[in-house]
Amino acid sequence: MKNNSINFKRQVTIKLADVKLQSALSRLQSRFVEGRAAVISEISDFEETRTAAAAIRDRVLNDLEHWLMHFEQQATARGAIVHWAETGADVNRIVAEIAVQHGVRTAAKSKSMVSEECGLNDALELAGVTVMETDLGEYILQLAHEAPSHIVAPVVHKNKEEISDLFAEKHQLPRKTGIAELCREAREILRPAFLNADMGISGANFLVAETGSALIVTNEGNGRLVTTLPRVHVAITGIEKVVPTLEDVTTLLRLLPRSATGQSITNYVSVLTGNKNKDDHDGPEHFHIILLDNGRSSLVGSEMQEMLRCIRCGACMNHCPVYQNIGGHAYGWVYPGPMGSILTPLLGGLEKSPDLPNASTLCGACAVVCPVKIPLPDLLRKLREKQMERGMKSRRETFMLKAWAWLALHPPVYALATKFGVRAMSLLGGKNKLLHTLPGASGWTDGRDFPAPEGLTFREIYQRRNRQ
Amino acid sequence: MRVGFFVTCLVDSMRPRIGFAAIRLLEAAGCEVIVPEQQTCCGQPGYNSGDRKSAKAMALKFLAEFEAFDYVVLPSGSCAGMIRVHYPDLCKDDPALLARCIAVGARTFELTDFLANIAKLKKMPGTFQGALTYHDSCSGLRELDVYKQPRALLASMPGVAINEMVESTTCCGFGGTFSVKYGELSTRMADNKCQHIAATHAGTIVGGDLGCLLNIEGRLRRNGDSTTRVMHIAEVLAGTEK
Ligand code: SF4
Repeated sequence: MKNNSINFKRQVTIKLADVKLQSALSRLQSRFVEGRAAVISEISDFEETRTAAAAIRDRVLNDLEHWLMHFEQQATARGAIVHWAETGADVNRIVAEIAVQHGVRTAAKSKSMVSEECGLNDALELAGVTVMETDLGEYILQLAHEAPSHIVAPVVHKNKEEISDLFAEKHQLPRKTGIAELCREAREILRPAFLNADMGISGANFLVAETGSALIVTNEGNGRLVTTLPRVHVAITGIEKVVPTLEDVTTLLRLLPRSATGQSITNYVSVLTGNKNKDDHDGPEHFHIILLDNGRSSLVGSEMQEMLRCIRCGACMNHCPVYQNIGGHAYGWVYPGPMGSILTPLLGGLEKSPDLPNASTLCGACAVVCPVKIPLPDLLRKLREKQMERGMKSRRETFMLKAWAWLALHPPVYALATKFGVRAMSLLGGKNKLLHTLPGASGWTDGRDFPAPEGLTFREIYQRRNRQ
Repeated sequence: MRVGFFVTCLVDSMRPRIGFAAIRLLEAAGCEVIVPEQQTCCGQPGYNSGDRKSAKAMALKFLAEFEAFDYVVLPSGSCAGMIRVHYPDLCKDDPALLARCIAVGARTFELTDFLANIAKLKKMPGTFQGALTYHDSCSGLRELDVYKQPRALLASMPGVAINEMVESTTCCGFGGTFSVKYGELSTRMADNKCQHIAATHAGTIVGGDLGCLLNIEGRLRRNGDSTTRVMHIAEVLAGTEK
C-alpha cells in the first residue's frame, strides 16, 4: 500500500470536518474501551499476565533468528512450505508464483494486515487471479475500494446506512437496513466464493515454533473456511510473529481478544499445522507460509525493538484521543494510531512521515492498555530525537528549542525576558484578560483564546516580598 | 521538613498566584518552604520535542539547585513526572548521575500527592462553596498515580461538591507544543473536554496542571463561555489571598 502519511496534517482537517466519520468514531468508546474494561477484570492477575506476555515476546525478539529457524524446521517437517520475503513486492511475487504453480484462478482471503502492507490484492488481480475478501469488514471495503481504517475493525469508519447503500448499489438487490439482513446478504454472496476458490489466503496472529503452526483468531468463521476448503492455503505474516510454544500462545491469548474487542476469547482460534494428510478429512493439499521482513529485522537489537512485541490488538488506537478524533485513514498507511505512528516511520522511512511521531500529546493512554507493555510514548519521543539528530525539524522549531534552552540555562536573562514578555502579553490581554491572536502561535489562537498572564512573574513578586 | 519549591516556568510567568497558593498549603502542612531563585524550567518542552541534550543540561541544573532538600514539590504533575520518571532516562549512561536522579526523584512530588500522602494535610486553609469538576492531567495520572489525592483533599473541604465528568482521565489536547503544532486537533480535544465539563453543571473546572487549564480555559472562552471558572487545585485548597 502506498504510504501517504506525508499528508497527515491535511487529512486531519478533512477528517475533523467529516460528520459521518465523527459519528462512526463515537462508537469506539462504548464498543472497545468499555468492552475491554469489562473483561480484563476477569483476569485477577492481569498486570502480571501483561508482564509475562511482554517477556514472552522479548524472549523471541532477543533471539529471533533462532526461533524463526526452529519454526521453519517444524513447519517443513509437517508438510508446510516456508518462504522468506524481504519486501512486500517479494510477497506478491511469491504468491503469484504459487498461483501459477497450482493453476489458481480465484482466491478467497481472510483478514491480513500484512497483505495490506504488500498491496497483494492489486498485484494478484494483475497476475490474473480474482481475489475475494471474505472478512465482512474487508469485503465491504473491497466493494467500496477503500483501505482499512483500523487493524481489528477495518470498517469502523463507516456507519450502517453507508453499508446499506453500498450493498444495494453493488449487489443490485433491494436495500436492506437490519444488520442481520445485511450479513445474510453478504454471506450468500460469499459462500460460492469459498466453495470455488482455488486458493485461500490468510494472515497469522502467531507462528508457533515448537509445532510449526500458524495460529489465527477470528470471529466470523471465514478464516476457517479459507484455510481449510481451498486446495492451496497461503498464510502471510511478519517475521516477528513467532512464539516459542503453544503454552506461550495461551498466555498471549488471554490478552489479545480482551484487549482487542473486549471478548474473553474470539469465536474461533484456529491452529493450522501442516498440509492435509491421507487420512485427514479436510485441509489444504498445499500449505505455504510466507514470512515478511519489510524492515522489521532492522529494528532487532535497536532502541526501537520493543515495537516488535506488538500483537496487533488495536487497544492503543481505541484508547488514543487522537485516533478517536480522526480515525485511521488520516495516518496514511496500513497501521494507524500510536502503533502506526511508530511503525509507519520505522518501516517506511522517517522522512516520509514527519508528522506521525509528533502528532501525539504523549498522554500515555496507549501504554497503559498495551497488552505487551510497549512504551509507545517513549518510542514516539525517540523518533522525535532522531528527527532532531538528523536535522529533520524545521529551522524555526530548532531555533525556538535552542533559544528556550539557552534562556532556561541563563537565569538572569531568563528573568528579564519573562518579566517583559508577561507584561506585554498582559497588556495585550486587555480587560477580558484574553489574547485572541498570538504571533507565531496561530495554531493555538485559531481555535482558542489565550488567557493572559497576570502581569508580574512569580519570581518578581517573591523577591519583592522577601525584601520587605 | 525542608521543602524545595519548584514553581514551574508556566506558573512563574502566567499565574504566580498558583505558586503562592501552593506555598501557603505547604506551610499549612508545617513545611519550611524554600524557593531557589535561579530555577527556570524542568526541560520538558525540549525533551518532548526530541532535544535531549538541552533537557539533560536542565536536569543537571535542577540537581544542583534542589538536591539538598528533604523534598521537592511542584504544582504540576507533568513537571514532577519529568523529574521523577524522565531525568533518570536522560542520565542513564552515567551511573553516578543516574543514582542522584533516582534519589532526588524519589523525594520529588506533585503538590496534591505530597499534601495527601507525605505531609498529610488534614485541614485546608481555604474555603470553597459549590460544585466543581476535576480534570486529571495525563502525566500526573499515568506517571505518578495522582488520582485519589486531589479528590481526597477537595472532599475534606466542607463546602465542596465534586461532580465527576465523564472521561475525566482523557487528555484535554494540550500536550505542550502539540497545542500549537497540531492546533486543530488540539482544539477538538479541548472541545470534547469542554462538553464533558459543561454536562456536569459544576460551574468550576479544577485541575493540577496549568498547561491543561490554559488550554481548557482558552477553548471555553472562545466558545463564548465567560462564566465557568477555571482554577488550579492549589487555588481552591488554599483559597484566595487576603
Ligand atoms: S502496540 Fe500494543 S496496544 Fe497497540 S496494537 Fe500493538 S499490542 Fe496492541
